[in-house]
Amino acid sequence: MNPFQPIGRLVLGFLARTGHLAMFTGQALGQGLAPRYFFGQIASQFFRIGYTSLPVVALTAFFTGGALALQIYMGGSRFNAESLVASIVALGITRELGPVLAGLMVSGRVGASIAAELGTMRVTEQIDALTTLSTNPLKYLVGPRIIAAVISLPLLVAIGDTIGIFGGYIVGTRSLGLNEFAYLKSTADFLHLSDITSGLIKAAVFGFIIALMGCYHGFHSSGGAQGVGRATTNAVVSSAILILAANFLLTSLLFGD
Amino acid sequence: MTHILLTQVHKSFGPKQVLRGLDVSVAKGRSLVVIGGSGTGKSVMLKCLLGLMKPDQGNIAVGGQNVIGLKGDAQAAYLSRIGMLFQGAALFDSLKVWENVSFGLTHGNKMGRSISRSEARDIAISKLSQVGLSADVAELSPSELSGGMQKRVGLARAIAADPEIIFFDEPTTGLDPIMADVINNLIVDCVKRLGATTISITHDMASARKIADDIAMIYKGQIIWTGAAKDVDHSGNEYVDQFINGRAHGPIQMDVRRG
Repeated sequence: MNPFQPIGRLVLGFLARTGHLAMFTGQALGQGLAPRYFFGQIASQFFRIGYTSLPVVALTAFFTGGALALQIYMGGSRFNAESLVASIVALGITRELGPVLAGLMVSGRVGASIAAELGTMRVTEQIDALTTLSTNPLKYLVGPRIIAAVISLPLLVAIGDTIGIFGGYIVGTRSLGLNEFAYLKSTADFLHLSDITSGLIKAAVFGFIIALMGCYHGFHSSGGAQGVGRATTNAVVSSAILILAANFLLTSLLFGD
Repeated sequence: MTHILLTQVHKSFGPKQVLRGLDVSVAKGRSLVVIGGSGTGKSVMLKCLLGLMKPDQGNIAVGGQNVIGLKGDAQAAYLSRIGMLFQGAALFDSLKVWENVSFGLTHGNKMGRSISRSEARDIAISKLSQVGLSADVAELSPSELSGGMQKRVGLARAIAADPEIIFFDEPTTGLDPIMADVINNLIVDCVKRLGATTISITHDMASARKIADDIAMIYKGQIIWTGAAKDVDHSGNEYVDQFINGRAHGPIQMDVRRG
């Protein structure tokens, strides 16, 4: 057997899947986000993606803020930089950890659920049924999920940022003995509006990735329960990788010289 | 007058040829049942008719209009003339029964005008009564229904917009013989009431005999026999004879691997 054959097959498979995803993305944007809008669907997706993810994002942000404060304090104490805890917690949470961790948590929770729901609808012919009922599945299923995720994620991250900074404040002032007023003043002095907005822009992009990957893998699910399970796993893994890759690109774009 | 006409329709999936020059013709108001074994191309034929798949070659005309490759409003207008009963009913889990029945009216604009939720609910309850279900069922979710009730709700959804064409995909599969007969009777009643043209696909000969005006047998992606339903028992076609009598031996060889 030609040793290059498996490599060629892998490359061709990757290119085919990339092309397929690009076409789906084009259809989702072109058809899914164009009128007519199903406002009931959009509202229910807001509830599902945004509201029900709030506890997970809040807890993640709180503990991350606390852990970050501990780490910075311990590392900073080696060269007398304990006073930087508040500012570095605020910057770390708003610029990086807030959006990335919220994105990863929501992708595990919501991305998996979207893929499982749409995958089940695919294998039980509910998506075909939508088409026969003169309803475009891209408008009814995909569009509302993308709209809800793109708007919900920045809101979740804004709340998560606040709770994460609060977590750092609690640990810093209660456990590490930092002055409360100085902590808050340091946070307010060092934090710029661009630190917050850059995180929110990242969150909107991550929301798009999560909804798109969930819809794509669910929409193209096949082969019964096993296929739905595979779609769910693929949705979570691919959205997590894309979130991390997009985070790097966005950080370069937003903060690069 | 021919209402539905498929001419030399071919469809392949990779190297697997599923439809190999399928020719089907159904006159207006007639009920055609396509019989055939698993994997012979029955479902693919229906999906091509519904526009869910695009044939590789051939023509499909409904009411004289080519329906291959329709998109957007043209596709919606075509589908608004059609009702479809899926094999597993394909009811939407997240919606109540009445919302399922009236979905095409409220979301797909199958009425050609927007209607209020209360009007849609009234129509849904009227359609549910036509398939023998009471108004109490309307507020239930599909998961609370038995298989037979789900099929009836699927039938009510298929006839909700009074379509001129209805497709039935294995309408009695998975049902006990009595419920299967109930569904067959409902199909006959609904189709007569609407005067619709129908194509059904099934392996169930009891169902085929009950609901068909004409029967066609599909084998390896081609129609190998067509005739009136009353003639199916003396078709003179050995493939049809083997199929309707359910014999393992005959010209149709099933791909059964022996360990």
